[in-house]
Amino acid sequence: MNGEIAAILAMDGIASGAIYVLIGLGLVLIFAVTRVIFVPFGDIAAFTALSLASLETGGRPGTVGLVAVLAILATAVEATALVRNRALHRLPRALLFYLVLPLVPAAAVWFAAGTTLSMPLRIVLSLALVLPIAPLLDRIVFRPIADASVLLLLTVAVALHFALSGLGLMFFGPEGVRTKPLTDTVFDVAGLIVNGQTLLILAASIAFCGLLFLYFEFTIQGKALRATAVNRIGARLVGIRPTSTGTIAYLLASLLAGISGVLIAPVTTIFYDSGFLLGLKAFVGAIIGAMVSYPVTALGAVMVGLLESYTSFWLSAYKEVLVFGLLIPVLLWRSLSFSGTEEEEAEE
Amino acid sequence: MALLSIDQVTVAYDKVEAVRGVSLAIEPGQIVTVIGPNGAGKTTLLGAAIGLLPWRGRMSFDGIDLRRLDVEARIERGFCLVPETRELFGDLSVSDNLLLGGYSRRRDSAGLKQSLTDVYGRFPRLSERRDQKASTLSGGERQMLALGRALMVKPRLLMLDEPSLGLAPIIVREVFRIIASLRELGVSILLVEQNARAALETADFGYVLETGEIVHSGAASALMHDPRVTASYLGGHHDAGLEARGPKRMSGPGGPRSEEGELR
Repeated sequence: MNGEIAAILAMDGIASGAIYVLIGLGLVLIFAVTRVIFVPFGDIAAFTALSLASLETGGRPGTVGLVAVLAILATAVEATALVRNRALHRLPRALLFYLVLPLVPAAAVWFAAGTTLSMPLRIVLSLALVLPIAPLLDRIVFRPIADASVLLLLTVAVALHFALSGLGLMFFGPEGVRTKPLTDTVFDVAGLIVNGQTLLILAASIAFCGLLFLYFEFTIQGKALRATAVNRIGARLVGIRPTSTGTIAYLLASLLAGISGVLIAPVTTIFYDSGFLLGLKAFVGAIIGAMVSYPVTALGAVMVGLLESYTSFWLSAYKEVLVFGLLIPVLLWRSLSFSGTEEEEAEE
Repeated sequence: MALLSIDQVTVAYDKVEAVRGVSLAIEPGQIVTVIGPNGAGKTTLLGAAIGLLPWRGRMSFDGIDLRRLDVEARIERGFCLVPETRELFGDLSVSDNLLLGGYSRRRDSAGLKQSLTDVYGRFPRLSERRDQKASTLSGGERQMLALGRALMVKPRLLMLDEPSLGLAPIIVREVFRIIASLRELGVSILLVEQNARAALETADFGYVLETGEIVHSGAASALMHDPRVTASYLGGHHDAGLEARGPKRMSGPGGPRSEEGELR
């Protein structure tokens, strides 16, 4: 391997790492606020890519049906809860949030089908289509068991992933898609040819990490999300509703996943079930960050991307094996350093 | 009309009734204390009142049936709890903790700024440590932060669970001085304490809770002289030499008493 190949592989690795960063941060965000390891999270990215591809060919994305089904289910669940608590006065609000808002982009896409839309409009529409999926799933599946153990929540999330894969196959079909590149520009950086697409991925990833940081550090809503993650009872006692911060976390994370879906769609062929592997690799990054640290998660995700890129050159057959094999030393190191801190605390 | 009215409330963990048929009332501007031994159900009662535990019976705050309000809606109406466990945001700075205390008033930024200045004025210690993480504070500072965070809500009724627990005597005195001074802000207080003497010295009215039931109640000054209360909670007879934990004198309406020390 010469320097040039190494540089190309590094570029590739960082680009896919940047995608895992976005998904990994979303995973950590959802886990911190709701204690749910949201296994179907990669699916959100894949569904965005599939919706975008479908809009490109002038079709009606399967997301429309998926969102409609979920919105009706969530509204039914919420309405039942309101009736049971004799809080019917909150019904109009519930209808707005669980039925009308999710269905607005779906309706827009439904009526726009067949017409050719500009690229930015297509991207915005696909993102808007996908955004409600995770919050709706949260309302239907997780909120009724919000106080359950992390293990139970994880088990439910795994089951949810299988259900969602099935729905994905039903609504999107088995074909793989690839969207048009977002940009055709090619740069020549010190003799190395760099795709505009790669740079776009990097720029988007860095920009969204920065925005997330600003949100957490400088806005009251962002701080409320952190507060919920640190202490749920404490949050309730100052009037922060964990259900609301949970919804915000799901929305924000879905936006990150959606962006990564838009970015990855032109470089990789995406199937209805491609999301699982995306999510799993991002999860390796999140594990490196111990599901709590955003910066370490980002670093871990880039590491996963690089490892994947280099192993695909040397040992392409073992690419996935090595990436997931990385979990073992990381978990060992984590468990060792973890027991270390526990001892320190015991000594205090 | 009572600000908080608790009427025949029962709180059960599965089948064990930790609080049985308790009734009490707090008038606006009043400081009311509930004293009693460990495990009497004091914390359980507060948990039910704030909406963290399920309960049976009738409770209303400011005339609103509490069944209709969840925890967050209570906070929005100025009904707060500072729990025994404080429940601070350990990873966040002191100033962020206070800022989030005002979460329910987040649209009133001018009012929040004013409240923040007030809290820093009341607790200069918190002002000095405003950029420190809450988890690095000492026990007394934590209690002050918990109180300060609750004041950011602009409370009308503040429920304090064991505010003196685990604090050094000098800090305990400080905490009770602050509680008494909250009266000037027009804040009503429901104070739950094992430090019965300090609590009764601060309060207007008192209830004694034993094994989930109210066994005595009355004006705080009367309770302090009630032999049944003094025997169990105020260190028996008026002989000196007991460990001094509480404040020597409180200038509250609980009436002057200065002879002996403190129980426990």
